[in-house]
Amino acid sequence: MSPDAANGEVRIVTDRLVKRFGAFTAVDEVSFSVRRGEIMGFLGPNGAGKSTLIRMLCGLLRPTAGRAEVAGIDVARNPESVRENIGYMSQKFSLYNDLSVIENLRFFGGIYGVKGPRLTQRVAFAMEMAGLAGRADALVSNLSGGWKQRLALGCAVLHQPPILFLDEPTSGVDPSSRRRFWDLIYALSEQGVTILITTHYMDEAEYCNRLALINTGRLVALGTPSELKRGAIQGRLLLVECDDAGPLLEAIETAPGVRDVAPFGSALHLLVDDPAADIPRIEQFLSVRGLRWTRIEPIRPTLEDVFVQLVAVRRPDEAAP
Amino acid sequence: MKARRIKAIAKKELIQVWRDPRSLMIALLMPLMQMALLGYGVNLDIKHIPVCTFDREGSQRSEALLKRFQASNYFSVVEAVGSYGALKDALDYGRCKIGIVIPPDFSERLVDIGTVPVQIILDATDDNTASIGLGYAQDVVAGFSSDVQLVTWQRQGAIPQSAPVLLQSRVWFNEDLDSRNFVIPGVVAMVLALVGAQLTSLTISREWERGTMEVLISTPVTRMELMAGKLLPYFAIGLIDAAVCLALAVYWFEVPFRGALATLFLTTSLFLVVVLGVGYFISVAIRSQVGASQIALLVTMLPTTLLSGFAFPIDQMPWPIQAITYLVHSRYYVTILKAVFLKGAGLVELAAPISLLAIYAAVVAFLAARAFHKTLD
Repeated sequence: MSPDAANGEVRIVTDRLVKRFGAFTAVDEVSFSVRRGEIMGFLGPNGAGKSTLIRMLCGLLRPTAGRAEVAGIDVARNPESVRENIGYMSQKFSLYNDLSVIENLRFFGGIYGVKGPRLTQRVAFAMEMAGLAGRADALVSNLSGGWKQRLALGCAVLHQPPILFLDEPTSGVDPSSRRRFWDLIYALSEQGVTILITTHYMDEAEYCNRLALINTGRLVALGTPSELKRGAIQGRLLLVECDDAGPLLEAIETAPGVRDVAPFGSALHLLVDDPAADIPRIEQFLSVRGLRWTRIEPIRPTLEDVFVQLVAVRRPDEAAP
Repeated sequence: MKARRIKAIAKKELIQVWRDPRSLMIALLMPLMQMALLGYGVNLDIKHIPVCTFDREGSQRSEALLKRFQASNYFSVVEAVGSYGALKDALDYGRCKIGIVIPPDFSERLVDIGTVPVQIILDATDDNTASIGLGYAQDVVAGFSSDVQLVTWQRQGAIPQSAPVLLQSRVWFNEDLDSRNFVIPGVVAMVLALVGAQLTSLTISREWERGTMEVLISTPVTRMELMAGKLLPYFAIGLIDAAVCLALAVYWFEVPFRGALATLFLTTSLFLVVVLGVGYFISVAIRSQVGASQIALLVTMLPTTLLSGFAFPIDQMPWPIQAITYLVHSRYYVTILKAVFLKGAGLVELAAPISLLAIYAAVVAFLAARAFHKTLD
């Protein structure tokens, strides 16, 4: 046990945690720690190993090597004790569709041993939180995505666990519901609940206190969102707006001062060292070749830029905001 | 084991069965349908064998003999033909199983010589029916012969003689020799075996298929609590099904019931633990609902039909097959049910099959509980 964990500050800690499925390494020597009340985000494309990591921390998968402690308990040695201390929302929507709102809540109450007046109070809280007050008898299958996710969160925190694992809780939910969901997460964090959340939404990642970028099972960067944006990018970013990025993309790689190019929606992001000197040189380079653009200007990097810089294999369809 | 968790799971499971048309059908409709289908469909009595007659004489005497066939419950004369060709056709096309040919000089030879052959032609593709039919036909003809003899003797003024040794038979337990009394208790066992395994075969696989299992195993619920909570509601449903099937056996199919209800309740509960456990085990092993339900059907239907003694007597099977029947759970319950129904047997007489069934239940429950692991590995 680390000294931090002993004084109760660090709630989750992993040490070179590995998970292999046959020859495939899903999680590769990942080490990090999460403090009490912190919102730790795991950002990465699908298949990066985020879910496998969370499942190991919940005691659902046995680590192949390395160690992980949740609430000071070794997950491999004592998964049952870990389960007393956590709430978990799996990636797949995981409530009982054929049960009503209240039946789902009472079921999880029964499983977690929440009873009597506390159950009544927790159920009322969860329904209020999910915005489902007055719809206790609605079948879950008839609820829309946002309500379902908030109810799932309500079920996961019914027993007031000190640690919460949320595996892509907002996938497939509309933006306004996502914002409401994050309000709830902040409220929980303020009460001291430690939250580990995975996402592939870049905008969502910005809401986290700290962020771990993960790709092909490896932890590629760890820090606050602003730390990552400041530290991970060596140089300055330029935005190139144009009508047709296709022809530009190939040519601009060889333009003077350009260290890297990445498509960004319909525009391009360029990595340069000195924008004041480089912009005129790039504009001249494009004019000579008869290529057309609308605007070139310096911008502040986003998390996606960071991600693109750090991750060798780019998968724009999955990592787009 | 925490009672609160078991209760939470059992309650949830009951709600789900109640709202799932497929489970509800298996729980409530399937037993009734199977009782009707198997109760009426499985009939081992040979009655009303179709007979075709070719009466080449057409006298009063020959008609008297044929009328005896008609009067017997075992035969029904479906056709009277006028030629061997027509008789052959009737047998070839399966319109009859037996052909009876009476010679043209039937009465004449009966009077003059005192003995006359009557030809019987049997369709022996189903050899069992054919040999039983031949036996019944010989009885009919023998009855006719002895009546003719009696009349002859009376005419001659002789005192009729009786046979020196007389067999007096008494049939026990199934006095009417009605195969239904023997089959229906077996049908009840079969229906419970099928329905029980079907019900629980869905219970774990449904959670895996719908994705609810992942969250369920992230909670502190233990596998014993899970199994207990999952099996309890189906045990209750199984008892209701058993009560319905047994009531149908007694009041609808009129099988005599001579045993004690307590014996029936105890043994039925044991058997339910076994069949529900088997279904649960399959559900744990096979994570798809359709797959689990198919396997459950396969492993209960075939052995129960062929090897439980439900229709085919075990002591007439070759010894390797007899040895296998000890692995068939319904074997014990079929034995128990038949004995309780027809012989009125109690716990003492049934000590052996009840103990074996209890061991079976313990082993199945142990294996089923251990088969489940709270991991995704």
